[in-house]
Amino acid sequence: MSSVSLQNLEISYGNVAIVKNLDLTIQDGEFLVLLGPSGCGKSTLLSAIGGLADVSGGRILFNDKDVTWTDPKDRGIGMVFQSYALYPTMSVERNLSFGLRIAGIDRAIIEKKVKWASELLQIDHLLDRKPSALSGGQRQRVAIGRALVRDADIFLFDEPLSNLDAKLRAELRLEIKKLHKTLKSTMIYVTHDQIEALTLADRIAVMKDGLIQQLDTPLNVYNKPANEFVGSFLGSPAMNKVKGELVAEGDRLFFADGAFRLDVSRYPFAQKIESGRKVVLGLRPEHILPARGETQAIEGKVSLIEPMGSSILAWSIFDGISLSHLVGQDDGCEADRTFPVTIDIQKASFFDVDTGWRL
Amino acid sequence: MPQAKSATKRPLTYQEVWGRVGIYAFLGVLALFFLLPLYVMLVTSFKSMDEIRLGLIFSLPQQFSIDAWIKAWTSACTGLECTGLRVGFGNSVKILVPSVIFSILLGAINGYALSFWKVKGANVLFACLLLGSFVPYQVFIYPLVRFYAQTGIYGSLSAIVLTHIIFGMPVMTLLFRNYYSGLPVELFKAARIDGAGFWRIFISIILPMSVPIAIVAVIMQVTAIWNDFLLGLVFAGRENLPMTVQLNNIVNTTTGERAYNVNMAATVLTSLVPLTVYLVSGRWFVRGIASGAVKG
Repeated sequence: MSSVSLQNLEISYGNVAIVKNLDLTIQDGEFLVLLGPSGCGKSTLLSAIGGLADVSGGRILFNDKDVTWTDPKDRGIGMVFQSYALYPTMSVERNLSFGLRIAGIDRAIIEKKVKWASELLQIDHLLDRKPSALSGGQRQRVAIGRALVRDADIFLFDEPLSNLDAKLRAELRLEIKKLHKTLKSTMIYVTHDQIEALTLADRIAVMKDGLIQQLDTPLNVYNKPANEFVGSFLGSPAMNKVKGELVAEGDRLFFADGAFRLDVSRYPFAQKIESGRKVVLGLRPEHILPARGETQAIEGKVSLIEPMGSSILAWSIFDGISLSHLVGQDDGCEADRTFPVTIDIQKASFFDVDTGWRL
Repeated sequence: MPQAKSATKRPLTYQEVWGRVGIYAFLGVLALFFLLPLYVMLVTSFKSMDEIRLGLIFSLPQQFSIDAWIKAWTSACTGLECTGLRVGFGNSVKILVPSVIFSILLGAINGYALSFWKVKGANVLFACLLLGSFVPYQVFIYPLVRFYAQTGIYGSLSAIVLTHIIFGMPVMTLLFRNYYSGLPVELFKAARIDGAGFWRIFISIILPMSVPIAIVAVIMQVTAIWNDFLLGLVFAGRENLPMTVQLNNIVNTTTGERAYNVNMAATVLTSLVPLTVYLVSGRWFVRGIASGAVKG
């Protein structure tokens, strides 16, 4: 059991700063996901936590103990890589026990631990095989098992599911979640897949250009994105973004862009907004609902529909503005016809047009 | 049933058939042309001198005799001593075995260190090695002679073995580094997290994965070291002259009658080792080169 604390952490490669002045505390037993596009520094950050990449400034603490310059093997971590990184010339059993054998641990104990881990991951029937005789999912199970047998306090996952096909990915995702529930270890998980982040995490740290953009629970990150980047990075189908202006009329506040006008008085602004402020409106497709005879419904002309199985993604034009919105299969939405919707403005997001931060 | 015969080849047209015949005829003639000297050597080595004097170099031996082979091996004169190639063969083996083992081992360690442990100045070192493999080694002979003379090992087995190791290093390092750079670096990271150090990773993980490239290295080094003449002549000393130098002494005697049959037998005997290596490991050789070039 371990907490992890990063203080003023800086990682550079040559003159290029990859992670800048990063502060992050991960609670004991927490499942933290580092989410971001490729090149945002999330994998480098994970390597630094694991001791595989040198930091150029700041400190890394495990349980309030400074481990910034501690050898990887002495950090009490287990790491799982995207490419599995199994030792190809060793059997599964040898792969699992390699670390323990190096540490000179008693044979009987090694055997017990390997048995426990392989049964937990349902790979006990594969112990004699070489990695090349395993499927992708089995290989990743072995890789996870290698971290298990080491009694790691902290598990580091570096995009562990990215090499698997969609079905296996969902399966193993569930497995990892169960594992976390059973072991209650601290887990840090790097991914660019928002579904993995949303399903697994206790908290998500969304990263971009070496900086954490938002650190919050999956629901908050999804519902109240801290800035435009977070809003558009999470969510599929993607968030609609419309540039416009906020106009006060009497005690009501309107969002306006050309002929398009929307009453936004009920939106909980975090600060006082003056009339004429330029903003970006972020609207998720599921927050534009088919109208059921409400008075404030607006009508759009459907230009295109994309059936997605459980629902249909429709692209409609409202007073010159194109928005995507979700409709049910039985809502009778057809291309080139008009379709009335209501907009749940309380669930929308407003961002400053210059800084991109949430208002 | 459209699938039933789809596996058979498309029938060749009349022109294509003649094209094939032409190609194979050409290849056949070329092969014969290059095999001709070997044929002449072999038939000559089994003839008696009387028969050779007839001048019919392509004819098969009328009286098949292996006397020349026995003489070449046991009693042909290399300079003043008449003990045959046996001694040279033994010397060559004594030079070959440690040279091959150590040059490959050092090359593997170097390649491993250069590709996985990102030490400062590794690139400069690598560039130097690259350059080293292009410098003709005749340039180094005199300085090395002086160096060995100073350290007192000149003209000994250690001197020649050391020389082969040094000259083999750039190419071996290059070979192994390129092979290792194709291996995923995460393998190395995983081993570090498992607590393995420099040597443990090398011995337990990297070395067992190096079999294909090691075979390539063995072929290259065995051929190069066995065929070496100059370094053996300069550094090995009178006691340890390799087979190639002994062969030269047999063939290049300036007095008396030239024993062509003995010369031919001695030459074939000397080239037997690299020839065997090629024939036995040809399959591996191609596989090693391919796996090194395409992917790790």
